[in-house]
Amino acid sequence: MYPSRFKYESPKTIEAAVALLDAGKGDAKILAGGQSLVPMLKLRFAFPDQIVDINNIPGLDYHRFDADGSLHIGALCRHEDLEHSAEIAERQPTIAAAAPLVADPIVRTRGTFVGSVCHADPQGDWAATMIALGGHLVVQGPKGKRTIDMKDFVLGPYANALNYNEIAIEAVIPAPKGVARGGYLKLERRVGDFATASVAVALDMDGNRVLRAGIALAGVGGKTIDANEEASALVGHDLTESIIDTVAAAVAAKAEPRTDHRGSSDYKRQIVKTFVKRILVAQIAEKVA
Amino acid sequence: MSLDEIKIGGLGASRRRVEDNRFIRGKGNYVDDIVLPGMLHMEILRSPVAHARIKSIDTSAAWDMPGVRLVLTGEMMAARNLAWMPTLSYDTAAVLATDKVRFQGQEVCAVIADDPYIAKDACAKIVVDYEILPPIVNPVQAAAEDAIQIRDDKAGQVGNKVFDWEIGDKARTDKAFEDADLVSKVEMHYPRTHPSPIECCGSIADFDRATGKLTFYVTSQAPHIVRAAVALVAELPEQQIRVVSPDIGGGFGNKVPVYPGYVVSILASILTEKPVKWIEDKTGNLISTGFGRDVYLKGEMALRKDGKILGVRMNTISDHGAFFADAQPSKFKIGLMHSAFACYDIPTAHMFATGYYTNKAPGGVAYRCSFRVTEAMFFQERMVHAAADDLGMDQAEFRRVNFVKDDDFPHRTAFGFLTDSGQYEKCLNVGMEAIGYKDFAKEQEEARKRGKLLGIGISTMTEPLGAGNSREYDILGIKMFDSAELRVHMTGKAILRTGAKTQGQGHETTWAQIVAHELGIPAEDIVVEEGDTDTAPFGMGTYASRSTPVAGAAVSMAARKVRAKARKIAAHLLEVSEEDIEWELGRFYVRSNSDRGVTIQECAMAAYSNMPDGMEPGLENTAYYDPPNLTWPFAAYFCKVEIDPETGVWDVLQFVAVDDCGVRINPMIVEGQIMGGLTEAYAMANMQYQTYDEEGNCIGANYMDFLLPTAWETPGFELYEVVTPCPHHPIGAKGVGECATVAGPAAFVNAVVNALSHKGVRNIDMPLMPNRVYEALTTGKDVYGMPPVRSGN
Repeated sequence: MYPSRFKYESPKTIEAAVALLDAGKGDAKILAGGQSLVPMLKLRFAFPDQIVDINNIPGLDYHRFDADGSLHIGALCRHEDLEHSAEIAERQPTIAAAAPLVADPIVRTRGTFVGSVCHADPQGDWAATMIALGGHLVVQGPKGKRTIDMKDFVLGPYANALNYNEIAIEAVIPAPKGVARGGYLKLERRVGDFATASVAVALDMDGNRVLRAGIALAGVGGKTIDANEEASALVGHDLTESIIDTVAAAVAAKAEPRTDHRGSSDYKRQIVKTFVKRILVAQIAEKVA
Repeated sequence: MSLDEIKIGGLGASRRRVEDNRFIRGKGNYVDDIVLPGMLHMEILRSPVAHARIKSIDTSAAWDMPGVRLVLTGEMMAARNLAWMPTLSYDTAAVLATDKVRFQGQEVCAVIADDPYIAKDACAKIVVDYEILPPIVNPVQAAAEDAIQIRDDKAGQVGNKVFDWEIGDKARTDKAFEDADLVSKVEMHYPRTHPSPIECCGSIADFDRATGKLTFYVTSQAPHIVRAAVALVAELPEQQIRVVSPDIGGGFGNKVPVYPGYVVSILASILTEKPVKWIEDKTGNLISTGFGRDVYLKGEMALRKDGKILGVRMNTISDHGAFFADAQPSKFKIGLMHSAFACYDIPTAHMFATGYYTNKAPGGVAYRCSFRVTEAMFFQERMVHAAADDLGMDQAEFRRVNFVKDDDFPHRTAFGFLTDSGQYEKCLNVGMEAIGYKDFAKEQEEARKRGKLLGIGISTMTEPLGAGNSREYDILGIKMFDSAELRVHMTGKAILRTGAKTQGQGHETTWAQIVAHELGIPAEDIVVEEGDTDTAPFGMGTYASRSTPVAGAAVSMAARKVRAKARKIAAHLLEVSEEDIEWELGRFYVRSNSDRGVTIQECAMAAYSNMPDGMEPGLENTAYYDPPNLTWPFAAYFCKVEIDPETGVWDVLQFVAVDDCGVRINPMIVEGQIMGGLTEAYAMANMQYQTYDEEGNCIGANYMDFLLPTAWETPGFELYEVVTPCPHHPIGAKGVGECATVAGPAAFVNAVVNALSHKGVRNIDMPLMPNRVYEALTTGKDVYGMPPVRSGN
């Protein structure tokens, strides 16, 4: 690997990291898991002047449920921490379903949840999951902390709402009303391939009744597709095959896929529709058991 | 008492690979691990476009960078008559471009600097002014009357055609088609793919002005050919060239040719008088080095109602890229494509082959394939599948009816090869039993009623492995023999060197097993060395599954020569005449009294300390082996799939592979070879291809676009064994390295097509990506060609 020349710093505090970003005036990049940044450095698609390695900042590698039921994921929480978490498996099915589908097992040992969200790859699994879950990010800059709603965070391909001198330090998923249900499906040609289409579904349910519904898509548009509005048609209703069909069709229509070597736009919509249906049908109360 | 051959690691022992001791510890020694004092680093600037005239090249900014030692251009190469080099197919290929660039990724300049970072930075400073020309990305465009000529550098070149070539009996075949009850036709494309070894190509050239000696470390499957090429092409004295192939991280045919980077690094070392290292990056490897396949077929079969094949016609069009650089040693323009149908008893066949230049990477025939045998067998088994369907005949039965029978050997094939052994029907039966073939039709019918799509596919073939015999195969005129040199030390330990070069095949393990088999010296007492032309005997290298058929045979023959001398020593030690001596594994004894004997180790000691009067001391010998024929392994593969009707995703439910590769030296290594080959077959069938957009950009330039399957998605394979010894090989072995890659793809494709046959689908071209399968299953139509890479959507 022969990247362009860069300066490297490994600060011990968030404040020091923010100061480095601030001094970099947009030419500094954060290194967390490095699973996107390092390949880009290698290919010289990215050539920052300054790398700010946050891996030596203590206390960021957590994920925990607070007493109110909200889920908090620190900036250095690795994909595999979520994949192997018993708490996540029990309490947060959408994340539990997505975690083993993120990239490949090697990437999951290093890559971070928050880093993946910030990378804002239109194919990214976690940005879609966060949108479906109605999550937000806590970010810290020179003037302190603020929060950014996921729906406002992804601006376009590889573009997010962070200022150059801000670090996303935590992802927050609000407590479910009722019981959290949902799932994640992805069509890929091979483990670690860019997805042909991915679907994240997050429901809050009371028995078979939907209290909140979120759906987001990856791989089928220039950025992560927010289909929460289409999903909201489920709210207040019992899950039935007929309402599922209607919502699946509406979500597929919301996708903006391009015809390419992974398939035609029609084919990708068909995958979206099929996956939305499959996830939702599996949540019908008597099938969950 | 005779030794237990398995215990000493002889023939048939699944001995652990000795080379793995260093590989699994990260102690392999690859070319990039070699560091020489004062070594410089080379980086190649590649063309970003597929077809363009070079108007000017400005290297001044690169020269000005601190740490840059040399910047080479095509013009500077031309001044030394090195801008072009010959290919193994008797064409020429550019080393560094002078007049035009002819494919994306072509080598344009080289920077030699103190470290690779500087070399890379300096490449970015070179300004090349290109006048863009229209790119040609397939043979149809190449053949068009108004097509721009790619090879305007060649005097006498007409249009973009590389060759027209034919073989077989046209008149007789035409007659067979007139007499046929039914003619079955198919058209298909075997997509371009790439061998993609994990280690890319690389070299270190170390020219010593004081001694005049060039030491050249290179990732070559055929180091001796590299030395010959340097001697013959660069006209350096052969005794002053030492080529060393250290450990190699996979070859698959990609590391047979001589690449521009090698030539440039040698010149750079001569000019700078420093060692120059060049290590290719992954994109460079994928977009510029030897690819595989890219052949279109129109196939026709003349059939009799009862299922007998009366004749075959094959019409192929191959895409060779910018230079005809197929790395193959035969005199046949389209390689061994006419080995197709070798396992079937067919009266007559005719093939017409046309090749074209395009603005794509040159090379071809690589990727675990004996010179287009992979295409031949894929086309054969897809044609056979279609013909059986067209006749309404069972797939297994159709093959059985047309197989060459066990007692019909030697058999002259319709295209002229001579096959010599096999038990085709037995292999078929073993596979049918293992996969539950007779119950499948019912299973499939019931599944269809429940909306499930099940399919079964068969692929059976024999292929010519182990080039070659010297009558028909040579490289630059050098005959395709191979060699082994065995030296037994006084304590009965030994060193063996061969002209082959292992790159994952496990020679260090298996060659020792052959010696153990021949001499009874435990395999662990034998060290195997390959790849250094100063020490190893001359040989043609490792590819085309030729190591065991050729070099392996030479190992046997060298060991037998050593045994013959040891026998004389034994007679001397036992004080009897040689005629009274018997051999059992590891020991000579007196026929009349078997208690009186000497071990091979005792003979070895005597060879250095107590030889008979008049005998030369020492116990060593060399054998050069020219095989009388190719070897003909057989494969019968069965694949069962289920297709998801809503997504087109297909899963392999069961895969049965029956392989007859003759006598197995190390069954574990053979099984590893088959597993690896099937994984590559699955890759090509399911996901792997290299294509180009309309501008000639290579889609497949990195591992996100060019897919290698992982353990995650690769299905399990069930392996079965049938043994028909090769009649002409000293230990009865046949080649096996490529069998699974060759026979595998058709089994997968036939299974998916079978699952959709009730919808009227007859063909889906590889790769069978879910979207293409979904298209076929929803439209009931065939799917042809490469996937589209861009659209106006």
